Amino acid sequence: MKKDYTGIVKSLGAVLLGLIAGAILMVAIGANPFKGFFFLFRGGIQSIERFGNVFAIATTLILTGLSVAFAFRTGLFNIGAAGQMLIGGLCATVVGLSFDSLPRIILLLFMFVAALLGGAIWGIIPGLLKARFNVHEVVATIMMNWIAYWVVYYTIGNYFTAGLETESATLPAVAQLRLPWLTKLLNGSYLNLGIVISVLAVIVIKFILDRTTLGYELKAVGFNRHAARYAGIKVNRSIIMSMMIAGGLAGLAGLTYYTGYSTNIQIGILPNQGFDGIAVALLGATSPWGVFFSASFFGLLHAGKGFMSANTGIPPQISDTIIAIIIYFTATSLFIEKLWKKFKAGRAEKKKISTGGDEQ
Amino acid sequence: MKDMLDIIVNIFPYAIAFTVPLLITALGGLYSERSGVVNIGLEGLMVVGFFAGAVTIKALEVAIPNFSIVIGLVVGTVAGVIFSLLHAFASINLRADQVISGTAINMLAGALTVFLARTITGSGNIGIRLGIVRWDVPLLSKIPVIGPLFFSNTYYTTWIVLIIWGLSWFLLYKTSFGLRLRACGEHPHAAASAGVNVIRMRYIGVMFSGGLAGLGGAVMIATYAGEFNGTVAGLGFLALAALIFGQWKPLGILGAAFFFGFARTIANASQVIPQFESFPPLVLKIFPYVVTLIALVLFSKSSKAPKASGQPFDLSGK
Repeated sequence: MKKDYTGIVKSLGAVLLGLIAGAILMVAIGANPFKGFFFLFRGGIQSIERFGNVFAIATTLILTGLSVAFAFRTGLFNIGAAGQMLIGGLCATVVGLSFDSLPRIILLLFMFVAALLGGAIWGIIPGLLKARFNVHEVVATIMMNWIAYWVVYYTIGNYFTAGLETESATLPAVAQLRLPWLTKLLNGSYLNLGIVISVLAVIVIKFILDRTTLGYELKAVGFNRHAARYAGIKVNRSIIMSMMIAGGLAGLAGLTYYTGYSTNIQIGILPNQGFDGIAVALLGATSPWGVFFSASFFGLLHAGKGFMSANTGIPPQISDTIIAIIIYFTATSLFIEKLWKKFKAGRAEKKKISTGGDEQ
Repeated sequence: MKDMLDIIVNIFPYAIAFTVPLLITALGGLYSERSGVVNIGLEGLMVVGFFAGAVTIKALEVAIPNFSIVIGLVVGTVAGVIFSLLHAFASINLRADQVISGTAINMLAGALTVFLARTITGSGNIGIRLGIVRWDVPLLSKIPVIGPLFFSNTYYTTWIVLIIWGLSWFLLYKTSFGLRLRACGEHPHAAASAGVNVIRMRYIGVMFSGGLAGLGGAVMIATYAGEFNGTVAGLGFLALAALIFGQWKPLGILGAAFFFGFARTIANASQVIPQFESFPPLVLKIFPYVVTLIALVLFSKSSKAPKASGQPFDLSGK
């Protein structure tokens, strides 16, 4: 059997078009795109510290990307990763600040569980509303995002600030995912224990999807809800389970971001990583390892943008713009797919002619 | 009783100012969804109008102060229309997932406008000197009770938006154009077989939504915002909620937009209103979102959503 590369080609095509659009934008504001991209990518890989930061940024994106991708597999669009991530971060921060006298390993474990549960609860609510009342999950998760925003705003703002009113107190070293030896090894990079969590999550999610009954049922519901119901799969339960796991993954993203990449939680911000997770999931064709690679690529774009901006004067938002354009082209991938099929058909045609029509 | 009336009179202009962009954006969403295209890109389209309006007003306010705001409103609307074409092309021609395309619009609008704003001003914020001056409607503002509430301290954009609302109701329900547009959202194949150009109607629906959301963003900069800062803080999503809460009907949207406008204004002003002091601010802030969720639960059994909304139309699949 021939391997089907359509998924990879679609993703690479979208990336290419996104980069081209980014180049056009650079030209439009009078900058040199070659210089721009040179500094953008060099900013991500020129030193071991920066290279570590690529994966420090990717850590969170892998988890929000997995969250969106997992829900996608059940046919659900989780636009609420941002809110679930916030609540996960809130729970972890509250535990970290309140029980800092516990031994480190136990404290981190508690924070892990708190973030997982917090995110899962924030995911279960829209799941329940969808399963029980057929409320569209897109609208429900958007509402949950804003509820999370205000819950964090007042919980942190009223009880956990120190000094600045707009952010929580800084977590003590025992309650951070950062490892001093790793930070030292990578010359001060933000890379932390979170990367282990996210890679493990990739492996676990891949296992659930490919090797378990639960994964099979969730995918069946995603393919065809009615057929799945007819086959005896409990569709409502699958929807709730899927949103719960998606929420838990996003909650862990909050753990890695607010207690690893950052060391406190800021209020009044819906984290962009939640929405970038949609782009990561789509670019990764909703497969766990696809998510890993696309998150790493976005990590590269984000890690280098400050360096590029400092050296070329191009605003750092070019990275976010390129990511947004990539997701637009992924959404319209039918277009790329058609081109690819045409190209393949054209090649097959040529082959046929050159080999005298023996091919298939 | 007297205090209560005073309070209402005091917060009314703020509530209306906040309601108007919400109302016009939700109305835009109505055109799009009625034609059969889900548009969760309203938030991004508002940002585009917000940005284009701010840039235009800033550029013209010294040279032609009397017209700069009007031109800004027009440019904001046009920018919204142009940007919405991206969504229309993706969801109508390429049959993309409309929710994903809308998400891309939101992300792109947020990133691109700040990118351009930073190129223009360096900081990413674009402030204008003076917005629209509030105005008392002659004669009508002298009517007791109603006068101070509805006709005093108003922005002229409020009246423009209300006129557009009235015209939209007429257009959607009393003209053959409206009937065709709604048919495309309910039963596109039936509409097509009756000779309606579904593709064209859907383009019109999406472009209306872009224009009205763009106008909503431009109204924000021209009235209460004062400065472009790259976000409309979830107002576009709230407009989407108002559209659903209002059950895809002009009158329902008007009611829902006012409800959200007041809920948000009361939440923001709760510290200065003695009657609301006892409520925890968190409860007031999340009130609109929780109510939307409850409303969705209550209405979900008898949803009036256009039946074909969100479904790509493919003539060959007829």
